[in-house]
Parts: sequence; C-alpha cells; structure tokens
Amino acid sequence: MHEMALCEGLVQALEEQARAQVFSRVHKVFLEIGALATIEPAAMRFNFPIVAKGTLAEGAALAIDFVDGSAWCMQCSGNVAVKRHGEGCPACGSYQLHILDGAQMRIKQLEVS
Amino acid sequence: MCAICGCGGHEHKHGSDHHDHDHDHDHHGHDHHDHDDHDHRHAHAPGLSQTRMVQVERDIFAENQRHADANRRSFAARGLFVVNLVSSPGSGKTTLLVRTVEALKAELPVAVIEGDQQTGLDAERIKATGVPAYQINTGKGCHLDAHGVGHALAHLPPIEDGVLFIENVGNLVCPAGFDLGEAHKVVVLSTTEGEDKPLKYPDMFFAADLMLLNKSDLLPYVDFSVEKAADYAGRVHPGIGVLTLSARSGEGMAAWLDWLRAGVERAKAGKAAARPKPRVALSAGT
Repeated sequence: MHEMALCEGLVQALEEQARAQVFSRVHKVFLEIGALATIEPAAMRFNFPIVAKGTLAEGAALAIDFVDGSAWCMQCSGNVAVKRHGEGCPACGSYQLHILDGAQMRIKQLEVS
Repeated sequence: MCAICGCGGHEHKHGSDHHDHDHDHDHHGHDHHDHDDHDHRHAHAPGLSQTRMVQVERDIFAENQRHADANRRSFAARGLFVVNLVSSPGSGKTTLLVRTVEALKAELPVAVIEGDQQTGLDAERIKATGVPAYQINTGKGCHLDAHGVGHALAHLPPIEDGVLFIENVGNLVCPAGFDLGEAHKVVVLSTTEGEDKPLKYPDMFFAADLMLLNKSDLLPYVDFSVEKAADYAGRVHPGIGVLTLSARSGEGMAAWLDWLRAGVERAKAGKAAARPKPRVALSAGT
C-alpha cells in the first residue's frame, strides 16, 4: 500500500536526475529491490504508471530486479541468502541470523532522452 | 516554501515537457540496449528521439532517511527518548499510551505525535491527560514519514530530557519501512490477535526492538500462547525484547515504564556527552 508513496519518491528522484544528468524524458527505469525492503514489485508496477502520469516518466517501463537479502548465520559462521524475515538459515535452519543487506530500493540506471 | 526543511509542498509534481535543456547529441558512446521491450508511445520532438542510458545509484528511501537523520539529531540534542509505536488497528495502542502518559507525566516531560488516516480523536484522548499532543492525518496515506514528523515537531512545545511517543497509523505493514528518527520501534500485539502475527508480518517485527503483548488480562479467555508469540518474534528478530502487560488492569506496566525511564536516562546522558565542554578558567594557586 505504501508503494504509492514510494512511486512518488521515485518520480521525484527521476526529476532530480533529469536536472543533474540533463534529460527530459524517462523511457525505462531499472530498479533493484531487496527482498527485505517491504516492497511488493507487483504493487510498484501497478502504482508507477498512475503516479508517473503527467510527469517526465509518463508511460515509462519499469524493469525490476528483485534480489535476495543477505545475512550472517551464527551457526554456519558464513553469509547466506535470505528471501524473507523469519524463515531461518537456508543451510542449517537456524534463526540466529544477523541481517546484512536486502532492504534497498535503488535506481540502477535509466533509459532517457 | 516551508521554513523547516525547505520543502515546497506539492511543487515537486510538474509536467516534464517544460525542460528547455541544451542537449548535446553528438556523443552517442553509450551502450545500446534492447529496443524490443522499449515503449515507443511517446511523440518525440525532433532531435530528441535518441535515447541513452544513464547510470544512477540512488536509494528511494534516501529522502526519508535524510529527514529521519535530521529528526534524530534534533532529538539527541534535546535529550529526547523517542518511541515509534506500531501495531495493527485495535491492539489497544492508544489506551496503552494514555495509561503510560498518565504514569510518567509527573516525573518526565512527555509529548505525543498521533498518526491516523482521519480524525483528531486520538490526540484528544492524549490531550485530556494534560500532555501536549499533535495529530497528523495522513489522509489516504498508510504510514507516517520522517518529513511529516519533522513538521509535527514544530507544533509541540520544545520539551527536553523526556520522552516523545509517536503513535503510528494502525498498520503492521507499511510503517516498517519508514524510519522516523526514533530510538526504537515498539510493536504492540494484543492477546485477541493471532500469536502467529510475527510470522505473518515479519518486516514489522524485524524493525521493532521491543514487542509488548497487550491485554494480558484476557489471557484466561483467549487461545493465545505468550510463549509461541515470543518464539515467533525471536525467529524474525533474534534478541527482540518481550514484555507482557495489560494497559487496562495495569499488570506488567511497571517493567514497560522502567524500560522507558532507562531510555530517557540514556538520551539525557547522550545529550550531556555531546554538549561542548564548558571552558574552565584556570585559577592561579589551585
């Protein structure tokens, strides 16, 4: 549900980039979303065209790279991939995980003109 | 333009076709890309039809984080211990807050920011205790953000060396991703809800450092296992604190109030440590 607000933040970031990197149209946005970022990619795809309407990103495509989070497993003494909180270590099942990464939503690159 | 953070309200939203930039179209040394899934619906102006790729490393949460960091610095400078209370609707968050405020207001400065989609009812309940409160109505919004909290602070008296409660919108999903500058998120789970909520809404229980199991007075009448709830929360967030209490009966409230007092002491100590040392004049002969 908060994806609407995040899409507004995304369009705002695109407008900032347009000034910094001098372009007037965004055709495609390449996003990286971490599995622990509390973001539903489907909700982003639904909201983005609505929020982007009337802006420099109207009609732009959204390419989402949904990536696993990472954690340090205290049992395995190593880094493991995590798909969501509370699932435990994929290798040993332990819940003693220290989350390192996965809460990001980053613009990686843009196709612009 | 807003005097607090320089924001321009809704002026961010504007059409994109007013940019009259001088584009340099000579350098096309960019890596070209898949044109197959490209959206060609735009009517491109002559000379603007060439697309290019630009590299960006920008986190969308960065804007909220910038405001949250500013809030956190402001809280630290004032020795304020700030708690962001989150839960589903109906967990008894506001009743818990009213009882907490009543218990602490004689010994500590207390203020409250209330977040709801609509109505000022919760802020009125807090104000009835005699403590300053400000209501943020998020409208269709499902969470508070750090920018809104920064503005709300301007509506409250500048208390120091006390506790500020931010009661978030009743929602176990969206507020998890938004840092408001608080010291801790505290999640309230009541015994009339499912004990498996930490597994169903793991992001929130990961974001919170303390879980309050409220309505403990109803435990004899409901199928709620405190042990299971604590176990599930621990799976999602190893080391999460758990306190069982009833805002209604007062049972277990003492431990929660002590947790808050300890937080205020830490905030005050942090403020004292950060304050510039007074310059002591050396007096001769001592």
